[in-house]
Amino acid sequence: MARITSGVAMSHTPAIGAAIDLGKTQEEYWDPVFKGFEFSKAWIATEKPDVIFLVYNDHASAFSLSMIPTFAIGCSDSFEPADEGWGARPVPIVKGHSEFAWHIAQSVIQDDFDLTLINEMTVDHGLTVPLSLMFGTPKEWPCRVIPFAVNVVVYPPPSGQRCFRLGKAIRRAVEAFDEDLNVQIWGTGGMSHQLQGQRAGLINQKFDADFLARLQSDPKGLAKMPHLDYLQNAGSEGIELVMWLVMRGALDRDVETLHSFYHVPASNTALGHIILKNRAKRA
Amino acid sequence: MPLDKAYAKIPGTTIFDVDMARRGYHLNQFCVSLMKEQDRQRFQSDQRAYLDEWRMTEQQKQAVLDRDYNQMLALGGNIYFLAKIFSSDGQSFEQAAASMTGMSREEYRSMMLSGGRSPHVDDQDVD
Repeated sequence: MARITSGVAMSHTPAIGAAIDLGKTQEEYWDPVFKGFEFSKAWIATEKPDVIFLVYNDHASAFSLSMIPTFAIGCSDSFEPADEGWGARPVPIVKGHSEFAWHIAQSVIQDDFDLTLINEMTVDHGLTVPLSLMFGTPKEWPCRVIPFAVNVVVYPPPSGQRCFRLGKAIRRAVEAFDEDLNVQIWGTGGMSHQLQGQRAGLINQKFDADFLARLQSDPKGLAKMPHLDYLQNAGSEGIELVMWLVMRGALDRDVETLHSFYHVPASNTALGHIILKNRAKRA
Repeated sequence: MPLDKAYAKIPGTTIFDVDMARRGYHLNQFCVSLMKEQDRQRFQSDQRAYLDEWRMTEQQKQAVLDRDYNQMLALGGNIYFLAKIFSSDGQSFEQAAASMTGMSREEYRSMMLSGGRSPHVDDQDVD
């Protein structure tokens, strides 16, 4: 059967994508950011996941205000990088896993989470920057990716609690799939940042450190944090962190932190990154 | 009973809620059009004429022409939609964010390099 072996979380700042695409990764400003992913790149090269279930948010690229799905799963076999206003990123086409995605959709909907099923959509920096951070610049992405978009653009996004429970439903769906697949779940976005208004540039290192620690040790409690706490303490765009809770909900209660990295700034954002591995190997 | 909007009291911050989404609908959809190269070119070659194709208020159009991002936010613009405007101008998120804080790009960048803006309201002078 398919199984979720690890969870990975990271910020998905567009400027990171631009730094990679324009060959600026060695520059003084960006070098520390990419050093923080050296462990992760080596790790994932040995883990060789078959499929990444990638939780991210679209930034008004595939979804405008015409349609605003709270949870949307990408069910097709391929997804083109979006032109977000400066031309599409020069990264490979993202290959999906149609059969697995449809399976997960049916299971998760029957588990009371009403997903929007998407067969045609582009994917923006929210999805492609994490792939670049973990895999570098290959000609083809080395595995399949199921895009899972969460609305964090129009307030209110789903609650942390709902995201956490959704993660559990995704896990049940994955484990009910017959094919023997090594699946990772990624949660992206965050950490503290605010991109708008006079308070733009807000960073809260204490909040972020606490979030990283509790993500491992007390996810159930962390999931109860109300939206207002994120907005006030982690900035208006810090609310993206609810997507990390989808990832965490899909893992065991007891996880091991293989790697954790934090750096300020990446453009306007506190960049956080963590790799969590399920401790127990279940049959 | 009206919805509780406790987030409205956060200083220097506009939460893009359902009321703002309704107010800014046409402004934001105009922004989406800039994801196509040919429309970016049409916009950049005659901004006023391009804006007049959209059912935006005069205030919204003027805010776009002025590149007054705080005003666009106040009129229902969402930052990820507005990003299509500054991206088509060749500006980064960092430059756009700096312009909203009233700081120069250098001042803003230096604030970020030294750890960003403090989350404590008392430490800052935003209103």
